Amino acid sequence: MAKAEFDVPELQEYVDVPELVEGTMAHLSPFVAKPDHNIPLGFPGELVDDWHDKALEKLDDLRSRYRSLQVYLDACVKCGACTDKCHYYLSTKDPKNMPVGRQDLLRKVYRRYNTFAGKYFPWLVGAKDLTRETLDEWYSYYHQCSQCRRCSVFCPYGIDTAEISMAAREILDSVGYGQKYCNEIIAKVHEKGNNLGLPGPAILDTLEGLEEDVEEETGVAVKYPLDVKGAEILLVTPSADFFAEPHVDGLIGYGKVFHEAGVSWTLSTTASEAGNFGMFIGSYENMRRVALRIRQAALELGVKRIVFGECGHAWRVAYAFLNTLAGPFDFLDPRYPVPQHICEYTYDLIQQGKLKFDKSANDDMTLTFHDSCNVARATRMGDKPGGQFDIPRAVIKAVCNNYVDMDHETIGEKTFCCGGGGGLLTDDLMEIRVKGALPRMTALQNVIKDEGVTHMAAICAICKSQFTKVLPYYGMDMDQIVSVHQLVSNAIVLTGQNTDEDEDDANGDA
Amino acid sequence: MSTVYALLFIVATVVLVIGLARKIAQYARTPAPLKIPTTPAPVTQTGVVMRMFREVVFFESLFKSTKWTWVFGWLFHMALFVVLLRHLRYFMDPVWLPIQLIQPIGVYAGFAMLAGLAGLLVRRIFVDRVRYISAPSDYLWLLVLLLIGISGLMMKFVSHTDIVMVKQFFTGLMGFSIGTLPVDFPLIIHLTLVALLMILFPFSKLLHVPGIFFSPSRNQVDNPREKRHLAEWAKAMEE
Repeated sequence: MAKAEFDVPELQEYVDVPELVEGTMAHLSPFVAKPDHNIPLGFPGELVDDWHDKALEKLDDLRSRYRSLQVYLDACVKCGACTDKCHYYLSTKDPKNMPVGRQDLLRKVYRRYNTFAGKYFPWLVGAKDLTRETLDEWYSYYHQCSQCRRCSVFCPYGIDTAEISMAAREILDSVGYGQKYCNEIIAKVHEKGNNLGLPGPAILDTLEGLEEDVEEETGVAVKYPLDVKGAEILLVTPSADFFAEPHVDGLIGYGKVFHEAGVSWTLSTTASEAGNFGMFIGSYENMRRVALRIRQAALELGVKRIVFGECGHAWRVAYAFLNTLAGPFDFLDPRYPVPQHICEYTYDLIQQGKLKFDKSANDDMTLTFHDSCNVARATRMGDKPGGQFDIPRAVIKAVCNNYVDMDHETIGEKTFCCGGGGGLLTDDLMEIRVKGALPRMTALQNVIKDEGVTHMAAICAICKSQFTKVLPYYGMDMDQIVSVHQLVSNAIVLTGQNTDEDEDDANGDA
Repeated sequence: MSTVYALLFIVATVVLVIGLARKIAQYARTPAPLKIPTTPAPVTQTGVVMRMFREVVFFESLFKSTKWTWVFGWLFHMALFVVLLRHLRYFMDPVWLPIQLIQPIGVYAGFAMLAGLAGLLVRRIFVDRVRYISAPSDYLWLLVLLLIGISGLMMKFVSHTDIVMVKQFFTGLMGFSIGTLPVDFPLIIHLTLVALLMILFPFSKLLHVPGIFFSPSRNQVDNPREKRHLAEWAKAMEE
């Protein structure tokens, strides 16, 4: 078990709704962004002197630009339906981690300055002045929200805490009080093209290494092309796919699928990142700038289709926002949706019978599937509502013999976040990440015990990184998390591939 | 006394109508720059209408969430709806047949409404999470509604009010002529609190009524890849 400076919750059979304990997570705040991180994003370098007025001005500005924010601030009746739905509340007992508790941190200031009741009878409606303490509380608790939208499923008015926390983060950024992790990463994307700041030559080197590995293993020269003009498909994938386990095994899988489809494809140096952290900080402007790189790359490379790799929040920005931010994509092949998810792409090929699999290659595993929060509740795959649940499962079942779902209350639209989404995947927030994973870890442990599950597949770079880090805290193994296209990669039989018999012969000759 | 109440109800109606119109205009005017329906979501406009219908009539999301809150909340709202329909008879002459027919049900609905409100109040007091998020106004709304219901039922079952006179007062008021209101204690309580509710409606959490229809996570069609969705202020960035 990994060493922790905080208490790791013990796994029980169920996650009971705890009695609340105030202030258990008040101590936790992420590192504050420095001027170098803020200025390239168009924010003040550090906390401005007139932050009080500036913050209230920004709140007014956002209310006039986002119907969601205005309606959600007004509509809450404090019914309590959301109070036991957030993984962070369930594991920390802190009432400010209840969705409505988190929203109220902003709502009580909105009421104080922008509503009749709050201006003249603040005590009656729980309205509060904006003070330095409030600002710090926003900074702390709006960075303990993974913007997973689970609460919005259960709210009778569809109030989405993600919208509130995005707005709060944008207010904080507008007064120079941003989060280091997100802002540093966005600055890197603007500068280098990906979240990790990987330069083009490093990506090229990695891809060449992958080509060698795959050829050595299979005897087939599968290509992993970069910046190839005139390719049919531009693949945009999270930069973690270039080096981290198990992400890179997924990337190998995408390449094999494209190879078997006989289609030309390419990655792009300037769009070497699917993730768009502009969403996490609620900044339309930054999100748009990051999204425009993809349009630019598609135009420069002259591709006809855009396909996204396995990434959760990225798929939300791609599926739901890309057309808005960087469209129209009338220069691409109109026969295909823009963009497509790699699971949709692979699924279509499976439906057409174009891929051959040896499912026994995955027989050493019994799989379950973690629905990534933003894929589940903010996007779709295929034509029908719910395709985002069916299509990845159909892909897994096409390549694996052993598959079981986790408790139905914890998957599909009710899926629990991995605990690291929405800009929380940073070591300075490890405590909330580990605790927030509790509901998912509980459901996983149950299928491990009862159904003999050995591995959990996911289609999100954040989920994969988060589980790799967090599984050991709960006494599980970091490599129990796998990529969906890693499973595809294991099972796919490439045309002209070395068979096991060939390998045996080769061994015999040696 | 009658004049005071006549003026009160004129003011209350004006505040309610103008206040709500202003909020609705604000919601309608404010753009929703991004597609954010909570998915799985309908892919057609008809589907969205169905989703909204299930949400407004059956409280679908609340049903998914917590059964007790759903039972009490749904009971209260549906009963209130029937009670309001029943009250239409005080504002029309002759009374429409459907309104005549629901009169007996309306009385039961009055009790159902109180039961629902009582359940919600108990939950607000005894569930620690709900208690934590409650401001004084959250309790007061429940008390106001309870008192409106109790005073209303008292007029039926405890001390009868001259309801014909009340009807004459309100139908008269609709033609801006001020009649005489019977001065009965339950009636005065009932009317005072109703007027208060009408006046506070546009400044309170009762805005959830128009709010739900404008909630982007519920009222948007899930078709961002098929159709480009662009707000005016975002369009300006492209020029």
